[in-house]
Amino acid sequence: MGIEQKAGDLGMFTTTLETAVNWGRTRAMWPLLFGLACCAIEMMGAQASNYDLSRFGMELNRPSPRQADLMIVAGRVSRKMAPVVRRLYDQMSDPKWVIAMGDCASCGGVYNNYAIVQGVDEIIPVDVYVAGCPPRPEALIDGIMMLHEKVSQEKLIEPGKREPIHVKSNNLIQVALPNKKA
Amino acid sequence: MDNVILSQRLREAFPQALTSMSEFRGELQVVLPREHLVAVAQFLRDTPELRYVYLENLCGVDYLGREPRFEVVYHLLSLSNRHRVCLKVGVPEADPTVPTLTVLWPTANWQEREAYDMFGIIFRNHPSLERILMPEDWEGHPQRKDVPLGYEEVAFTFNQDAIYAQKHFVRE
Repeated sequence: MGIEQKAGDLGMFTTTLETAVNWGRTRAMWPLLFGLACCAIEMMGAQASNYDLSRFGMELNRPSPRQADLMIVAGRVSRKMAPVVRRLYDQMSDPKWVIAMGDCASCGGVYNNYAIVQGVDEIIPVDVYVAGCPPRPEALIDGIMMLHEKVSQEKLIEPGKREPIHVKSNNLIQVALPNKKA
Repeated sequence: MDNVILSQRLREAFPQALTSMSEFRGELQVVLPREHLVAVAQFLRDTPELRYVYLENLCGVDYLGREPRFEVVYHLLSLSNRHRVCLKVGVPEADPTVPTLTVLWPTANWQEREAYDMFGIIFRNHPSLERILMPEDWEGHPQRKDVPLGYEEVAFTFNQDAIYAQKHFVRE
Protein backbone atom coordinates (compact mmCIF):
# COMPACT_ATOMS: atom_id res chain seq x y z
CA MET A 1 0.00 0.00 0.00
CA GLY A 2 1.61 3.21 -1.03
CA ILE A 3 2.79 5.23 -3.91
CA GLU A 4 3.74 2.13 -5.94
CA GLN A 5 0.11 1.18 -6.42
CA LYS A 6 -0.85 4.63 -7.57
CA ALA A 7 2.15 5.56 -9.64
CA GLY A 8 3.20 2.12 -10.73
CA ASP A 9 6.66 0.69 -10.24
CA LEU A 10 8.60 3.80 -11.12
CA GLY A 11 11.57 3.10 -8.95
CA MET A 12 12.53 6.74 -9.18
CA PHE A 13 11.04 9.88 -10.59
CA THR A 14 12.41 13.34 -11.02
CA THR A 15 10.96 16.73 -10.38
CA THR A 16 12.19 20.24 -9.75
CA LEU A 17 13.35 21.33 -6.36
CA GLU A 18 10.76 24.10 -6.38
CA THR A 19 7.94 21.65 -6.86
CA ALA A 20 9.17 19.43 -4.07
CA VAL A 21 9.71 22.31 -1.66
CA ASN A 22 6.38 23.96 -2.42
CA TRP A 23 4.66 20.59 -2.16
CA GLY A 24 6.10 20.24 1.33
CA ARG A 25 5.11 23.74 2.28
CA THR A 26 1.52 23.40 1.21
CA ARG A 27 0.88 19.90 2.55
CA ALA A 28 1.79 20.71 6.15
CA MET A 29 1.02 24.37 6.61
CA TRP A 30 0.45 24.79 10.30
CA PRO A 31 -1.63 27.76 11.39
CA LEU A 32 -0.94 29.79 14.48
CA LEU A 33 -3.36 29.05 17.29
CA PHE A 34 -5.14 32.27 17.97
CA GLY A 35 -8.49 33.86 17.30
CA LEU A 36 -9.58 37.39 17.97
CA ALA A 37 -13.37 37.39 17.64
CA CYS A 38 -16.36 35.57 16.19
CA CYS A 39 -14.47 34.52 13.02
CA ALA A 40 -12.42 32.28 15.27
CA ILE A 41 -15.55 30.19 15.87
CA GLU A 42 -15.85 29.57 12.13
CA MET A 43 -12.14 28.82 11.99
CA MET A 44 -12.64 26.22 14.73
CA GLY A 45 -15.59 24.87 12.75
CA ALA A 46 -13.37 24.55 9.71
CA GLN A 47 -10.86 22.58 11.74
CA ALA A 48 -13.39 20.34 13.45
CA SER A 49 -14.62 17.04 12.06
CA ASN A 50 -17.41 18.42 9.86
CA TYR A 51 -15.13 20.40 7.55
CA ASP A 52 -11.93 18.70 8.60
CA LEU A 53 -8.97 20.86 7.68
CA SER A 54 -6.72 17.92 8.47
CA ARG A 55 -7.50 16.71 4.95
CA PHE A 56 -5.03 19.38 3.89
CA GLY A 57 -2.53 18.72 6.64
CA MET A 58 -3.62 21.80 8.54
CA GLU A 59 -5.28 20.41 11.63
CA LEU A 60 -2.27 21.15 13.79
CA ASN A 61 -2.53 24.63 15.26
CA ARG A 62 0.73 25.64 16.79
CA PRO A 63 0.49 27.56 20.05
CA SER A 64 3.99 28.91 19.48
CA PRO A 65 4.55 31.36 16.61
CA ARG A 66 8.03 29.91 16.12
CA GLN A 67 6.48 26.65 14.84
CA ALA A 68 3.72 28.18 12.75
CA ASP A 69 3.73 28.87 9.00
CA LEU A 70 0.38 30.56 8.58
CA MET A 71 -1.32 33.29 10.55
CA ILE A 72 -5.11 33.35 10.18
CA VAL A 73 -6.21 36.72 11.54
CA ALA A 74 -9.72 35.65 12.57
CA GLY A 75 -11.52 38.72 13.85
CA ARG A 76 -11.24 42.43 14.37
CA VAL A 77 -7.89 43.74 15.58
CA SER A 78 -8.21 46.49 18.15
CA ARG A 79 -5.59 49.21 18.25
CA LYS A 80 -4.37 47.91 21.55
CA MET A 81 -4.03 44.41 20.12
CA ALA A 82 -2.21 45.58 16.96
CA PRO A 83 1.33 45.61 18.44
CA VAL A 84 0.75 42.11 19.81
CA VAL A 85 -0.35 40.76 16.41
CA ARG A 86 2.66 42.38 14.77
CA ARG A 87 4.94 40.87 17.39
CA LEU A 88 3.49 37.39 16.81
CA TYR A 89 4.04 37.86 13.08
CA ASP A 90 7.63 38.92 13.66
CA GLN A 91 8.24 35.87 15.83
CA MET A 92 7.10 33.46 13.11
CA SER A 93 9.95 32.00 11.14
CA ASP A 94 10.18 32.41 7.38
CA PRO A 95 8.51 31.42 5.13
CA LYS A 96 5.25 32.69 6.56
CA TRP A 97 1.87 33.63 5.18
CA VAL A 98 -1.11 35.60 6.42
CA ILE A 99 -4.82 35.16 5.75
CA ALA A 100 -7.10 38.04 6.71
CA MET A 101 -10.27 36.16 7.59
CA GLY A 102 -13.51 38.11 7.48
CA ASP A 103 -14.46 41.69 6.77
CA CYS A 104 -13.07 43.10 10.01
CA ALA A 105 -9.58 41.78 9.49
CA SER A 106 -9.70 42.73 5.79
CA CYS A 107 -10.90 46.32 6.06
CA GLY A 108 -12.34 47.05 9.49
CA GLY A 109 -15.78 45.76 8.53
CA VAL A 110 -18.64 47.37 10.39
CA TYR A 111 -16.24 48.77 12.97
CA ASN A 112 -15.35 52.01 11.24
CA ASN A 113 -14.28 53.65 14.48
CA TYR A 114 -11.42 54.72 16.70
CA ALA A 115 -10.90 51.38 18.40
CA ILE A 116 -10.31 49.00 15.49
CA VAL A 117 -7.45 48.76 13.00
CA GLN A 118 -8.99 49.47 9.59
CA GLY A 119 -7.69 46.33 7.93
CA VAL A 120 -4.92 44.18 9.29
CA ASP A 121 -2.86 45.03 6.18
CA GLU A 122 -1.96 48.26 7.98
CA ILE A 123 0.27 46.26 10.32
CA ILE A 124 1.19 42.98 8.59
CA PRO A 125 1.36 41.99 4.90
CA VAL A 126 -1.64 39.89 3.87
CA ASP A 127 -1.61 37.13 1.24
CA VAL A 128 -5.29 36.20 1.02
CA TYR A 129 -8.37 38.18 2.00
CA VAL A 130 -11.50 36.14 2.75
CA ALA A 131 -14.76 38.09 2.61
CA GLY A 132 -17.74 37.36 4.84
CA CYS A 133 -19.05 38.34 8.23
CA PRO A 134 -18.09 35.80 9.37
CA PRO A 135 -17.05 33.68 6.37
CA ARG A 136 -18.39 30.18 6.39
CA PRO A 137 -15.84 27.40 6.82
CA GLU A 138 -16.11 26.70 3.08
CA ALA A 139 -14.99 30.25 2.37
CA LEU A 140 -12.03 29.91 4.70
CA ILE A 141 -11.08 26.60 3.13
CA ASP A 142 -11.40 28.20 -0.30
CA GLY A 143 -9.05 30.95 0.82
CA ILE A 144 -6.61 28.40 2.14
CA MET A 145 -6.76 26.48 -1.16
CA MET A 146 -6.00 29.72 -3.01
CA LEU A 147 -3.08 30.33 -0.71
CA HIS A 148 -1.81 26.81 -1.38
CA GLU A 149 -2.09 27.45 -5.10
CA LYS A 150 -0.17 30.67 -4.66
CA VAL A 151 2.52 29.02 -2.57
CA SER A 152 2.92 26.22 -5.07
CA GLN A 153 3.84 28.81 -7.71
CA GLU A 154 6.45 30.55 -5.59
CA LYS A 155 10.00 30.66 -6.86
CA LEU A 156 12.89 29.77 -4.63
CA ILE A 157 15.17 32.26 -6.36
CA GLU A 158 13.84 35.80 -6.50
CA PRO A 159 10.67 35.35 -4.47
CA GLY A 160 9.46 38.63 -5.94
CA LYS A 161 6.58 40.77 -4.84
CA ARG A 162 3.66 38.97 -3.29
CA GLU A 163 0.32 40.15 -4.53
CA PRO A 164 -2.70 39.60 -2.31
CA ILE A 165 -5.70 37.50 -3.42
CA HIS A 166 -9.28 38.50 -2.68
CA VAL A 167 -11.82 35.72 -2.09
CA LYS A 168 -15.31 37.00 -2.81
CA SER A 169 -18.12 35.37 -0.95
CA ASN A 170 -20.70 35.53 -3.76
CA ASN A 171 -18.54 33.34 -5.99
CA LEU A 172 -18.57 30.80 -3.27
CA ILE A 173 -22.29 30.75 -2.76
CA GLN A 174 -22.72 29.59 -6.35
CA VAL A 175 -20.32 26.78 -5.72
CA ALA A 176 -21.86 25.82 -2.40
CA LEU A 177 -25.49 25.72 -3.58
CA PRO A 178 -26.75 22.28 -4.60
CA ASN A 179 -27.82 21.82 -8.18
CA LYS A 180 -31.61 22.02 -8.12
CA LYS A 181 -32.21 20.42 -11.51
CA ALA A 182 -30.22 17.35 -10.73
CA MET B 1 -37.11 50.86 52.08
CA ASP B 2 -38.71 52.87 49.32
CA ASN B 3 -38.02 56.11 47.53
CA VAL B 4 -40.13 58.21 49.88
CA ILE B 5 -38.29 57.14 53.01
CA LEU B 6 -34.93 57.39 51.27
CA SER B 7 -35.54 60.91 50.00
CA GLN B 8 -36.74 61.89 53.46
CA ARG B 9 -33.57 60.54 55.08
CA LEU B 10 -31.42 62.33 52.52
CA ARG B 11 -33.22 65.64 53.06
CA GLU B 12 -32.83 65.33 56.81
CA ALA B 13 -29.15 64.54 56.61
CA PHE B 14 -28.28 67.02 53.82
CA PRO B 15 -30.78 69.87 53.92
CA GLN B 16 -28.64 72.19 51.79
CA ALA B 17 -26.46 69.90 49.72
CA LEU B 18 -28.78 68.22 47.22
CA THR B 19 -29.69 70.03 44.01
CA SER B 20 -32.76 68.03 43.09
CA MET B 21 -34.44 64.69 43.54
CA SER B 22 -36.72 63.03 41.04
CA GLU B 23 -38.12 59.64 40.25
CA PHE B 24 -37.70 57.87 36.93
CA ARG B 25 -39.22 54.44 36.35
CA GLY B 26 -39.40 53.77 40.06
CA GLU B 27 -35.80 54.76 40.74
CA LEU B 28 -34.81 57.73 42.83
CA GLN B 29 -32.34 60.04 41.07
CA VAL B 30 -30.40 62.43 43.22
CA VAL B 31 -28.56 65.30 41.54
CA LEU B 32 -25.94 66.84 43.74
CA PRO B 33 -22.85 69.06 43.43
CA ARG B 34 -19.51 67.29 43.44
CA GLU B 35 -18.39 68.88 46.73
CA HIS B 36 -20.89 66.78 48.63
CA LEU B 37 -20.52 63.56 46.65
CA VAL B 38 -18.24 61.69 49.04
CA ALA B 39 -20.26 62.72 52.12
CA VAL B 40 -23.56 61.63 50.56
CA ALA B 41 -22.09 58.36 49.29
CA GLN B 42 -20.59 57.60 52.68
CA PHE B 43 -23.91 58.39 54.34
CA LEU B 44 -25.72 56.02 52.00
CA ARG B 45 -23.17 53.28 52.52
CA ASP B 46 -22.67 53.48 56.28
CA THR B 47 -26.07 54.36 57.69
CA PRO B 48 -27.33 51.09 59.26
CA GLU B 49 -30.86 51.62 58.01
CA LEU B 50 -29.80 52.25 54.38
CA ARG B 51 -26.61 50.26 53.74
CA TYR B 52 -26.12 50.92 50.02
CA VAL B 53 -23.01 48.77 50.16
CA TYR B 54 -22.63 47.92 46.47
CA LEU B 55 -21.57 50.34 43.76
CA GLU B 56 -23.27 48.73 40.78
CA ASN B 57 -22.25 51.13 38.08
CA LEU B 58 -20.21 54.24 37.53
CA CYS B 59 -20.12 55.94 34.18
CA GLY B 60 -19.60 59.26 32.48
CA VAL B 61 -22.05 60.99 30.17
CA ASP B 62 -21.40 63.77 27.67
CA TYR B 63 -24.28 66.22 27.21
CA LEU B 64 -22.67 68.35 24.53
CA GLY B 65 -24.17 71.85 24.48
CA ARG B 66 -25.50 71.65 28.00
CA GLU B 67 -23.95 73.28 31.05
CA PRO B 68 -22.41 71.48 32.88
CA ARG B 69 -21.34 69.44 29.89
CA PHE B 70 -20.40 66.18 31.59
CA GLU B 71 -22.09 64.11 34.19
CA VAL B 72 -20.95 61.18 36.30
CA VAL B 73 -23.67 58.70 37.20
CA TYR B 74 -23.46 56.32 40.14
CA HIS B 75 -25.86 53.44 40.75
CA LEU B 76 -25.90 52.10 44.27
CA LEU B 77 -27.59 48.93 45.47
CA SER B 78 -28.63 48.08 49.00
CA LEU B 79 -28.42 44.30 49.24
CA SER B 80 -30.24 44.15 52.58
CA ASN B 81 -33.09 46.41 51.45
CA ARG B 82 -33.20 45.29 47.82
CA HIS B 83 -33.31 48.90 46.73
CA ARG B 84 -31.39 51.03 44.26
CA VAL B 85 -30.54 54.69 44.09
CA CYS B 86 -28.90 56.78 41.41
CA LEU B 87 -26.56 59.68 42.08
CA LYS B 88 -25.74 62.23 39.39
CA VAL B 89 -22.94 64.74 39.56
CA GLY B 90 -22.56 67.49 36.99
CA VAL B 91 -19.03 68.21 35.76
CA PRO B 92 -18.21 71.44 33.87
CA GLU B 93 -15.93 71.22 30.85
CA ALA B 94 -13.56 73.92 32.11
CA ASP B 95 -12.74 71.99 35.27
CA PRO B 96 -13.63 68.32 34.71
CA THR B 97 -12.77 67.00 38.16
CA VAL B 98 -14.74 64.83 40.55
CA PRO B 99 -13.59 63.40 43.89
CA THR B 100 -12.84 59.70 43.65
CA LEU B 101 -14.98 57.07 45.34
CA THR B 102 -12.23 54.45 45.51
CA VAL B 103 -11.95 55.17 49.23
CA LEU B 104 -15.48 53.86 49.70
CA TRP B 105 -15.73 51.20 46.99
CA PRO B 106 -12.59 49.60 45.52
CA THR B 107 -14.61 48.68 42.43
CA ALA B 108 -14.74 52.37 41.57
CA ASN B 109 -11.07 52.17 40.64
CA TRP B 110 -11.40 50.66 37.17
CA GLN B 111 -14.75 52.26 36.42
CA GLU B 112 -13.34 55.68 37.13
CA ARG B 113 -10.37 54.87 34.92
CA GLU B 114 -12.81 53.99 32.15
CA ALA B 115 -14.71 57.26 32.61
CA TYR B 116 -11.40 59.09 32.50
CA ASP B 117 -10.27 57.20 29.42
CA MET B 118 -13.50 57.74 27.48
CA PHE B 119 -14.55 61.22 28.62
CA GLY B 120 -11.50 62.87 30.17
CA ILE B 121 -13.15 63.30 33.55
CA ILE B 122 -10.44 63.57 36.17
CA PHE B 123 -11.07 61.83 39.47
CA ARG B 124 -9.18 63.61 42.22
CA ASN B 125 -7.08 61.43 44.58
CA HIS B 126 -7.53 58.34 42.41
CA PRO B 127 -4.66 55.91 43.17
CA SER B 128 -3.66 55.40 39.50
CA LEU B 129 -5.67 57.39 37.01
CA GLU B 130 -4.42 55.90 33.72
CA ARG B 131 -6.09 54.81 30.53
CA ILE B 132 -7.69 51.41 30.87
CA LEU B 133 -9.09 50.58 27.41
CA MET B 134 -7.29 52.74 24.86
CA PRO B 135 -3.54 52.51 24.17
CA GLU B 136 -1.37 54.68 26.38
CA ASP B 137 -0.34 56.98 23.54
CA TRP B 138 -3.87 57.64 22.32
CA GLU B 139 -4.70 61.31 22.08
CA GLY B 140 -8.09 62.62 23.14
CA HIS B 141 -11.06 60.90 24.69
CA PRO B 142 -13.04 58.88 22.14
CA GLN B 143 -16.53 58.81 23.70
CA ARG B 144 -16.84 62.59 23.75
CA LYS B 145 -19.57 63.74 21.44
CA ASP B 146 -17.27 66.07 19.48
CA VAL B 147 -15.04 63.17 18.38
CA PRO B 148 -15.84 62.10 14.78
CA LEU B 149 -18.04 59.01 14.59
CA GLY B 150 -16.36 57.22 11.71
CA TYR B 151 -12.65 56.66 11.56
CA GLU B 152 -11.94 56.65 7.84
CA GLU B 153 -13.90 57.14 4.66
CA VAL B 154 -15.59 53.99 3.43
CA ALA B 155 -14.11 52.72 0.17
CA PHE B 156 -16.46 51.88 -2.69
CA THR B 157 -15.52 51.06 -6.27
CA PHE B 158 -15.92 54.70 -7.36
CA ASN B 159 -13.60 56.16 -4.73
CA GLN B 160 -11.38 53.32 -3.60
CA ASP B 161 -8.42 54.30 -5.77
CA ALA B 162 -8.17 57.72 -4.14
CA ILE B 163 -8.53 56.26 -0.65
CA TYR B 164 -6.07 53.40 -1.16
CA ALA B 165 -3.53 55.81 -2.60
CA GLN B 166 -3.40 57.59 0.74
CA LYS B 167 -3.73 54.57 2.97
CA HIS B 168 -0.65 53.05 4.49
CA PHE B 169 -0.28 49.38 3.62
CA VAL B 170 2.48 47.20 4.96
CA ARG B 171 4.54 45.31 2.41
CA GLU B 172 7.29 42.79 3.07
